[in-house]
Amino acid sequence: MNVQAKTWVSIGPLTEIPRQGARCVKNGDMSIAVFRTSQDQVFALEDKCPHKNGPLSQGIVHDGCVTCPLHNWVISLETGAAQGADVGQTATFEIKIKDGIVLLAL
Amino acid sequence: MSKKHLVIVGNGMAPGRMLEHLFEVTDAYDVTIFNAEPRVNYDRIMLSPVLSGEKTYADIIIHGEGWYEEHGITLHQGEKITEIHRNERKVLSEAGREVAYDKLVIATGSNPFIIPLPGHDLPGVLAYRDLDDTGAMIDASDKGGRAVVIGGGLLGLEAAAGLKQRGMEVTVIHLMPTLMERQLDTAAGYLLQRELEGRGIEVLCEANTKQILGKDRVEGVELADGRVIDASLVVMAVGIRPNVQLAQEAGLEINRGIVTDATMKTSDPNIYSVGECVEVGGLVYGLVAPLYRMAKVAADHLAGASEMAFAHAETPTKLKVTGCDLYSVGDFAEGDGREDIVLRDAMRGTYKRVILKDNKIIGAVLYGDVADGGWYNELLKSGEDISEMRETLIFGQAYQGGAGADPLAAVANLADDAEICGCNGITKGTIMAAIQAKGLTTLADVRAHTKASASCGTCTGLVENVMALTLGDAFQLPASEGMCPCTPHSHGHVRRLIKAKGLKSIPAVMQALEWTTPEGCAKCRPALNYYLVADWPGVYVDDQQSRFINERVHANIQKDGTYSVVPRMFGGITTPDELRAIADVADKYEIPTVKVTGGQRIDLLGVKKEDLIPVWADLNAAGMISGAAYAKGLRTVKTCVGSDWCRFGTQDSTGLGIKLEHYLWGAWTPAKLKLAVSGCPRNCAESTCKDIGIVCVDSGYEVLYGGAAGLHIQGTTKLGTVPSEEDVIEVVGALTQYYRETGFYLERIYKWADRLGYDHIREVILDDLDQRKAYNARFAYAQSFAQVDPWAEFVSGKDAHEFNPINIRKLEAAE
Ligand SMILES: Cc1cc2nc3c(=O)[nH]c(=O)nc-3n(C[C@H](O)[C@H](O)[C@H](O)COP(=O)(O)OP(=O)(O)OC[C@H]3O[C@@H](n4cnc5c(N)ncnc54)[C@H](O)[C@@H]3O)c2cc1C
Ligand code: SF4
Ligand code: SF4
Ligand code: FES
Repeated sequence: MNVQAKTWVSIGPLTEIPRQGARCVKNGDMSIAVFRTSQDQVFALEDKCPHKNGPLSQGIVHDGCVTCPLHNWVISLETGAAQGADVGQTATFEIKIKDGIVLLAL
Repeated sequence: MSKKHLVIVGNGMAPGRMLEHLFEVTDAYDVTIFNAEPRVNYDRIMLSPVLSGEKTYADIIIHGEGWYEEHGITLHQGEKITEIHRNERKVLSEAGREVAYDKLVIATGSNPFIIPLPGHDLPGVLAYRDLDDTGAMIDASDKGGRAVVIGGGLLGLEAAAGLKQRGMEVTVIHLMPTLMERQLDTAAGYLLQRELEGRGIEVLCEANTKQILGKDRVEGVELADGRVIDASLVVMAVGIRPNVQLAQEAGLEINRGIVTDATMKTSDPNIYSVGECVEVGGLVYGLVAPLYRMAKVAADHLAGASEMAFAHAETPTKLKVTGCDLYSVGDFAEGDGREDIVLRDAMRGTYKRVILKDNKIIGAVLYGDVADGGWYNELLKSGEDISEMRETLIFGQAYQGGAGADPLAAVANLADDAEICGCNGITKGTIMAAIQAKGLTTLADVRAHTKASASCGTCTGLVENVMALTLGDAFQLPASEGMCPCTPHSHGHVRRLIKAKGLKSIPAVMQALEWTTPEGCAKCRPALNYYLVADWPGVYVDDQQSRFINERVHANIQKDGTYSVVPRMFGGITTPDELRAIADVADKYEIPTVKVTGGQRIDLLGVKKEDLIPVWADLNAAGMISGAAYAKGLRTVKTCVGSDWCRFGTQDSTGLGIKLEHYLWGAWTPAKLKLAVSGCPRNCAESTCKDIGIVCVDSGYEVLYGGAAGLHIQGTTKLGTVPSEEDVIEVVGALTQYYRETGFYLERIYKWADRLGYDHIREVILDDLDQRKAYNARFAYAQSFAQVDPWAEFVSGKDAHEFNPINIRKLEAAE
């Protein structure tokens, strides 16, 4: 990602993302999946599985990973990398929580 | 030589400790302390034992009056400082006293946070911070009644346990789904809740307080969902805020707390700060261990030139409720490159989890067995590489037998007559002898020949270890025979134990069956969710986050991430109005493909996720409900036109199909369930390759099941012939229920029947009338909860978040 031009945008309160779930943020043509774990951590990945572009936001979230709904690849929320024997990586975005509001770096 | 004058604002635990250090190294200061509380320095931590009656105030005094005299300290008890004049280096108290200082230490601690709910200022609403609060709680408890504690964190739970011990009824209201979520993971939070509930404390999680009720004093609490809980005492323990007001008014640098550098100096070189009011290194603290380190650093710098600096370190959390042993330290959130080692012992109710990163411990959560907490914390602090003891780490320090620590060692050390399988009384020697004498190489062989681990199966791991020991390299410890890598238990075991142990939530199953991961995976979570839905109708609340996306949004995800929508057409019968509504929806939402399915209904393909709700709303308005074309549950009941129209028809196959679909819709089953009803043996509805098929004959109805026409093709097997439509419905209900109760997740009905045996199923469902009726009654009961149209629920606003993307709200300054 382009480091110089990083802008933090607010995508609203953490509580609007379901625990162990995700929501999508549209940024132009790109869809970014914002995940919230059971421990209230947030992660942002491009909503595209490195396998065949499956929408990761629709997968099951468990132990720091999401399982893609299309063919069950397991993707790390932190790095976007496919786990296990599968190879591939999804773009990640910086994200943080400030005073209960989720901020995303675009 | 005149001494310098040190003034301290606040007389809590932090400055108390600071003075002890200071007097060890210097007597350069005359000390004056102002304390708003009319007391000497006492051990605030020990208020909980005072509340529960295990200690008295006298027991918890740290510095008695004598100590102040001995050190020549002037202590103004119950006198608050209201202003600091930094230019003149003076403080002013509320009594009007002015005192000059050379060095000032601000140690104002923190204030309990009070949510400004309606009624928060009624008499009987208390915080939990000091001796006065504790005394007020004890007085209230003398009068009995119910106490409501708002906040399920450390303080709230200690208050709840203490009040319970004082004989009050107690309810804890907690906003988050699990208790102490900042210190405990979900699994440990669940255990803690179970323990407290076992003591008669009511715990309401995910409960939001709307207001506190009462006229002249508190009478109850109303929750956001409308529930009202009577209460004669309300304790708010929802967090603390650093008490920075005085420092702020004096113009010192403030952020979340009073900002200091690593030497505890504030933005004014003559003013230091210690305790909970401080923010150092960007962090504020609420436990005494770091405050005591602050105290030491500040004392050293006050005494003269010093190199000492405050450094962050993880502080473990413990709960001081007698009998609730928990310990957590460090970082236990999820993250990449992190590994969990989990050990659950359901018998003893313990849970241990150690979190590793790069072969170092970065966190630990222990419940029930906390003996090794300190050891893990040491390893965490030292950053030691644990790869050498990885295999035995979770068992604790006692298992680190120096050289050669080996998971098999414990088994190797067992005597030959040690019992491995408790259910069947099989010893280690018996297993080893059988392996050698009969040349057994697999677990299944060992089970067959010795019965070891053939019953409850909890000793499977031990048996495998014995095998590994006896066979050496010839035996590969299996990755797992379990339903997924998270558990060694098979689906059958899990199902049986859910019922036998009355497990009613996913965390309960994971704990009781000793899951090896904290949250399971995409294989076991949907399976557990199904088992719980099927086994506890009306009790278990479906966990949406454990469902695959199709079932969560009630539509089929397609390969491009759009969805397909299939409205139900009972028995394959539709009307011009329904068709018109479908056509309108296809036009309005520009749905690219409209297709007739194999199940006699219409599929709208290519619906965008954000259009799902409006599409459903329109279809609902035309009287249609979800066809559940996505579900591991009832899909369709296909029919032919039967005696209504067909010259060969023997019965009203269409009418029966419609009745069956009305009875079965909404049911969740282990895998998808498709039915068909044909009006005669010509079988136009293809009943003989369905999960359940009906073929009408002159004498009645043949009920067939166990067909398949997917990757695998198989004709149905006949269950039997019954005389009436009512019998068909009863038999199909009973068969479906038997499958629901004993099937494994994703196991189609033909595989289930192969496993259980067709003869056996006939005996239960067809021949034994009592059993048939009982299964059917259980099915009907479950249906009373299951038949809710998911579309209508969503249209009326449930889980709206599932469907709409978040908008970017506002731009922040570029960084
Ligand atoms: C019930 C309870 C249980 C706890 N259990 C634990 C535990 O198990 N483990 C743990 O590590 N920690 C525990 N804590 C937290 C721990 O007690 C605190 O972190 C610690 O006591 C804070 O010390 P302090 O000196 O910073 O502030 P405090 O002890 O809060 O002292 C601040 C003092 O300053 C006075 N003051 C404030 N403003 C002024 C002013 N303007 N002028 C004069 N005086 C002023 C206040 O009256 C107060 O007496 C517990 C706390 C409570 C309430
Ligand atoms: S199955 Fe028999 S009754 Fe039904 S349409 Fe075919 S021929 Fe007619
Ligand atoms: S037959 Fe294959 S390609 Fe066609 S819908 Fe079924 S799974 Fe998809
Ligand atoms: S697209 Fe994600 S696993 Fe295939």
